[in-house]
Amino acid sequence: MSAILQVSNLVKRFGALTAVDDVSFSIREGSCFGLLGPNGAGKTTTIELMEGIKTPDSGRILYRGEALDRRFRNEAGIMFQSTALQEFITVREIMLQFSRFYPASYPIDELADRFSLHEFLNQDTRRLSGGQKQRLLLAISLINRPRVLFLDEPTTGLDPQSRRNLWKEVQQVREQGATILLTTHYMEEAYELCDEIAIMDHGRIIAQDAPDSLLAAHFDDVVVQLHAADIPRELGETEFQAVYRNDSAHIVTGDVNRTIAQLLQYDVPLDRLRIRARNLEDLFLELTGKELRA
Amino acid sequence: MWSRIYALFVARNLEFFRDRSSLAWNLLLPIAIIFVFAYAFNEENPEKFKVGLVGPVPAEGPAAVFRATRFVKFIEFDDVETSLVKVERHQIDLLFEPGTHGYWINRTSPNGYIVEKLLIAAYAGSGETPGRHLVEGEEIRYVDWVIPGVISMNIMWGALFGIGYVIVRYRKFGILKRLSATPVTAMEFLCAQILSRLLVLLVVNVVMFVGMDLFIDFRMYGSYFDLLVVFLLGCINMICCGLVVAARISSEEVANGLLNLLSWPMMFLSGIWFSLEGAAPWMQKIALLLPLTHVTAAARAIMIDGAGLAQVADHLLVLGVSSIVLLAIGARIFKWE
Repeated sequence: MSAILQVSNLVKRFGALTAVDDVSFSIREGSCFGLLGPNGAGKTTTIELMEGIKTPDSGRILYRGEALDRRFRNEAGIMFQSTALQEFITVREIMLQFSRFYPASYPIDELADRFSLHEFLNQDTRRLSGGQKQRLLLAISLINRPRVLFLDEPTTGLDPQSRRNLWKEVQQVREQGATILLTTHYMEEAYELCDEIAIMDHGRIIAQDAPDSLLAAHFDDVVVQLHAADIPRELGETEFQAVYRNDSAHIVTGDVNRTIAQLLQYDVPLDRLRIRARNLEDLFLELTGKELRA
Repeated sequence: MWSRIYALFVARNLEFFRDRSSLAWNLLLPIAIIFVFAYAFNEENPEKFKVGLVGPVPAEGPAAVFRATRFVKFIEFDDVETSLVKVERHQIDLLFEPGTHGYWINRTSPNGYIVEKLLIAAYAGSGETPGRHLVEGEEIRYVDWVIPGVISMNIMWGALFGIGYVIVRYRKFGILKRLSATPVTAMEFLCAQILSRLLVLLVVNVVMFVGMDLFIDFRMYGSYFDLLVVFLLGCINMICCGLVVAARISSEEVANGLLNLLSWPMMFLSGIWFSLEGAAPWMQKIALLLPLTHVTAAARAIMIDGAGLAQVADHLLVLGVSSIVLLAIGARIFKWE
């Protein structure tokens, strides 16, 4: 499939800080592309450059082969990390306002049904809960039936249930053919939703591929995880090169049988042992030397 | 384009009219002004009569007797020529020049008739006869003169702060950023803000105008349509000033400072409260640069002198051209973020 958005050699500086440093990638039409990275990695600046909210110092962004123009504005749906809405306005009125901005828009009642907003339609937007407001913002971003949808950390601050509900919505939007660009620092979210991810750090992309391909390319081992209290730190670090994080000790191994046999030799209790595949979190740690949500 | 402007216009109106505290403030201020004026101009003045004096009063003789009259306020003037307008407009009841025994009164002024009797009584038996000169002209009270200025001032506050604050707040909280992600252009957004504020100013000032008329019964000789044109243009001009101030700022404190910096000189230098006729020439030149001077002058000409739009065309031209320039600058330097 062809690329709907193409970014080449994008640079954005804020004073001495280079927030986006020579970033290039393209997004296939109909795919979900994830920009991953810790806070301050340059994800939001990159997505805002692509939305046309900020202008790059150098580099080029093409939408369907052309510079961002009015057609892009009409066809793009955008949900910022945080957005204030006009005050003293009801949910219905704010949706009506946004629907009038576009030549063709979704019927408000249909959108309200889909995002369970019906019971709040006549409520002041200031009285919505976090999850309700996030649903409203997502509904607003879809009001023009966008061909490309930008979601900047859409689930930050939501409880697990609201997060899963929002994922379902995003998947639905994708199934209807829209292309999605998503930033997140939740690895699970990226793994669940994205066909392709780019990991960012210090304004650069340090790895990019489909999530499983990235994991396969970097790892051929698994993690044996024990409770930190079950294996003395000295033993773990010298004999097993274990990494201690919070309450657990992580041992990376290519040969699980041998590692377990060794642990039994040292009389380490295995009641709380878990074996898990390497995930994006590990990949990020491996690539950058730091944890994602540090 | 119109549907986008309309959408923003409606949203801003709803926001304004539902924000009770702001709405109350916008309506209470003019009502307070009406009452202060009604009170200030209905109070009885113990010095019922005002006489202008040109030149020194001799220590003895009929002029000295007249000067000693109680409950008459004597005001000194430099020459007859420039003081006659005061008699014409009933700002003084009689002008007296002791050196020539000449006096000037307005034939339509009841107070002038009484003060003339007092003057003639003072001259009785002195062998001299005071020389009578008649002056034509209808009364203009200070309240008639000041009301066009008060409405201009109300427009200025409502426009500058009503527009400036709202846009800066929209920017500060990211509402503008969200709008910038839609097909709405800066010009469409600004037009919607202008129209919405125009509606508010129109409602508030019509209420104030009618209210003041009920309590004070001031003078209005021109056409209401002409006055509406002047005030509408004044509103647009002041709103555009506010737009330029708010074009880039995202701090309410900075906006507040700048708006005050703009409004206070206009408050005192655009002839709202007192005429700048006698002021230093440089001050008069500065006054001409202030748009509010032109709003006040044009409104005053229409209300007091019954002027038509043609006679205030120069003021309207200044207001129209500067509005277009200010709007163009505002839209050009406007920043969503």
